[in-house]
Amino acid sequence: MTDAKVIPFGEDPRRRSGRSRSRAASQEQRRPPSAPGAPGAAGASGADAGAEPSGTPDASGDAFRAASAEAEVAAPSAGAPGADIPAQGGGRSGERPLRAVGGTGGAGEPAGGTPGPGGAGKARRGASRGSSAAGGADGGRADGLADALGAVADRLLGGPWEEKVAAGLAFLRRRVTGDYEVDEFGFDAELTDQVLMSLLRPLYEGYFRVEVKGIENIPSQGGALVVSNHSGTLPIDALMTQVAVHDHHPAGRHLRLLAADLVFVLPLVSELARKAGHTLACAEDAQLLLERGEVVGVMPEGFKGIGKPFSERYKLQRFGRGGFVATALRTGVPIVPCSVVGAEEIYPMLGNSRTLARLLGFPYFPLTPTFPWLGPLGLVPLPTKWTIQFGEPIPTSGYPPEAADDPMLVFNLTDQVRETIQHTLYELLVERRSVFF
Amino acid sequence: MAFPGTAAGPLVPGAVGPGDRVRAGVPRGVSACVAAPLGRRRGGTVACVPASIPRGGSGQRGRKALNVGKVVLVTGAARQLAARFVRRVQREPEVARVVAVDVHPPEHDLGGAEFVRADIRQPVIGKVLARSGVDTVVHLDVSGTSLGGGGRAQAKETNVIGTMQLLGACQKAPTVGRVVVKSTTSVYGSAPRDPAVFTETTPVKSLPSGGFPKDAVEVEGYVRGFARRRPDVAVAVLRFANILGPNADTPLAEYFGLPVLPTVLGYDPRLQFVHEDDVVEVLVVAATEPRRGTLNSGTFNVAGDGVLLLSQTARRLGRPTVPVLPPAVTWVGRTLRTAGVTDFSAEQIRLLTHGRVVDTAQMRQVLGFTPAYTTAETFADFAASRHPGLLSPARVAGLVDAVAARVGDRGGKDVRREEQTT
Repeated sequence: MTDAKVIPFGEDPRRRSGRSRSRAASQEQRRPPSAPGAPGAAGASGADAGAEPSGTPDASGDAFRAASAEAEVAAPSAGAPGADIPAQGGGRSGERPLRAVGGTGGAGEPAGGTPGPGGAGKARRGASRGSSAAGGADGGRADGLADALGAVADRLLGGPWEEKVAAGLAFLRRRVTGDYEVDEFGFDAELTDQVLMSLLRPLYEGYFRVEVKGIENIPSQGGALVVSNHSGTLPIDALMTQVAVHDHHPAGRHLRLLAADLVFVLPLVSELARKAGHTLACAEDAQLLLERGEVVGVMPEGFKGIGKPFSERYKLQRFGRGGFVATALRTGVPIVPCSVVGAEEIYPMLGNSRTLARLLGFPYFPLTPTFPWLGPLGLVPLPTKWTIQFGEPIPTSGYPPEAADDPMLVFNLTDQVRETIQHTLYELLVERRSVFF
Repeated sequence: MAFPGTAAGPLVPGAVGPGDRVRAGVPRGVSACVAAPLGRRRGGTVACVPASIPRGGSGQRGRKALNVGKVVLVTGAARQLAARFVRRVQREPEVARVVAVDVHPPEHDLGGAEFVRADIRQPVIGKVLARSGVDTVVHLDVSGTSLGGGGRAQAKETNVIGTMQLLGACQKAPTVGRVVVKSTTSVYGSAPRDPAVFTETTPVKSLPSGGFPKDAVEVEGYVRGFARRRPDVAVAVLRFANILGPNADTPLAEYFGLPVLPTVLGYDPRLQFVHEDDVVEVLVVAATEPRRGTLNSGTFNVAGDGVLLLSQTARRLGRPTVPVLPPAVTWVGRTLRTAGVTDFSAEQIRLLTHGRVVDTAQMRQVLGFTPAYTTAETFADFAASRHPGLLSPARVAGLVDAVAARVGDRGGKDVRREEQTT
């Protein structure tokens, strides 16, 4: 309660709340010298002291100016593509002084006193609010924004939020100015690490509680071809495997997934898929990625695997024509079999509406117990417990270069990979206690 | 028609027989002029006219008959880029003369080159080839837009018929030993089902259905036919990515000139650019004798290193984007074209939907050319020549920096201390 004092308005309110900084002085210089005005009702109900003081003469004029100034700040950043963070921050801080104006009904001289933020717990908020109301058009603009951001950050992040905010702003700065790199496939490593992975992680950690085994089978450097089973109606298993490789591998490697052409036809999906490092499942792209030493993920079952009925769960479908083996042989990279358990049950596909699928141009249209009967709610996957196991790598570097054109060898290797995955699936299923735990 | 005082004067009237058809609008006969004092190449052993006429008639390969240098013929010389190439190639020591050909009068300085006003769609071009004893033909008159404002039909005729005539003339001209043709990477099309990176040998899944890319495909077809029939001629096809630079006048440059960039909602295409300077340099590499260990005949993708997404280019340019729903895009494109703002062709919309990236390993390893500008540098150079947009990077970055400065001032420790005290 030490802060719950009357403060002259001309002073930086934050200084009173125990924060003295050089900037406070510079801000005072910028501000028109204002006489310490009528002291506000100190500590009145603490909470929203700045906004709804009981008839306190407030700095409504300044507050209004600050508000409009902040609206200016908010507008361009909202317009900037990808500038969601400052847009939100600006919008919120812009709101508050406006409310303050409403609360005081436009009374009071511009340089009036501000109510002292009284409530101990809310001192911080009051301070930030006071400062945003107090600052002149110039000083108050970014000042209020910063304080408001700080207040939000305090509450959301806690701890060393300052570094986080600084890092976030640096990230934002690079994004809004376009100062980042993408590779030839459109892979935006920064966006993937900072945003896309963060969006997937709650699903990965909290919802499906993925357990990862054998991550050491993926080499720390050089190319590798991860071959996985495919299931679950929507390719969530591929995304979870990507998170698993990135989060658990000591080298933090990115799994470059090969996706069906349908992915790149759909708007928005194609954009996100490219930025997340996925590319079209074709021999050219796979070979180029493997030659560059990337870890490439492929689901050779394709639509046959992901769109198979629930009754056939964990039964591997045909592995295409073994094109992935030929590509691995050509580039000499090891094949890492990968078995995903738990993805089969997220959307139990009981039926398939061929008519709707044909109409929409999709390879299948799933009918699950919830979809499409419950509408969008039916899209919520069942919270199954997942296990992703990476198996022993199968080396391909020992074969001569022309081995890729030997169909028998390719078929044998394909079968070997398929059998490995199938057996691992059975083993994992035996170990599994329950679908959901 | 010869301009007074030109050394090439006597040559040209003979180039056009009375029976030659010359397009209306083009002066009857072929007018020739030497755009400037004849330059240093003229001074030495090459007395242009006397040397060239017997050479052309002798049936010998010019560069073998005379070791004084090559005669380079450049088509489409009225355009800015071709004019730059004309000026640049004259500085090559092995080049003795440069003959610049176009149906339009040149707007740009051609240095010491002879300008021959001829229509490559007419057989006249054969006479020009023979009379000048040309041994290197650089065909740059393959372009998406026509100079005279003739529209798409005119451009197509110049591209396709012009190439046919030119190659037919080259086939009959024994002096010709090297042909360089400008093409474009849009011959690969842009489709979601294509591989992410095209190499020169990638089979194209969706051939361009029309417009300039289709012209380029047909031009390349004629060039392949020519190369079969004249195996002694070194033929180079250079597939250029989108050409940008401070002076670029391509449709894509026009697009980036719009104050607000319409984009296709839900797609962020990958784009590749090549700088004008690199275009000129790689043309010189292809038009001159190959350096040791390199081979300058064949088909080569030419593009700067790296890739930019359309969203990145818009941010670097400082232009706001307006995502348009895919079905409405063609409508917007047509409106813009009708309004004369920019040439927003179907092909360009496809490029701005799915993007295109080509592999340049052949260019580096076989042709032995390394571009001076990456894609990003090319775009930066282009952006620097344009007005910064509404959301110029400097302005936006300044805003973020201001916020960062303010936030940085607020110490996290202070906040914690405050929490402890309260």
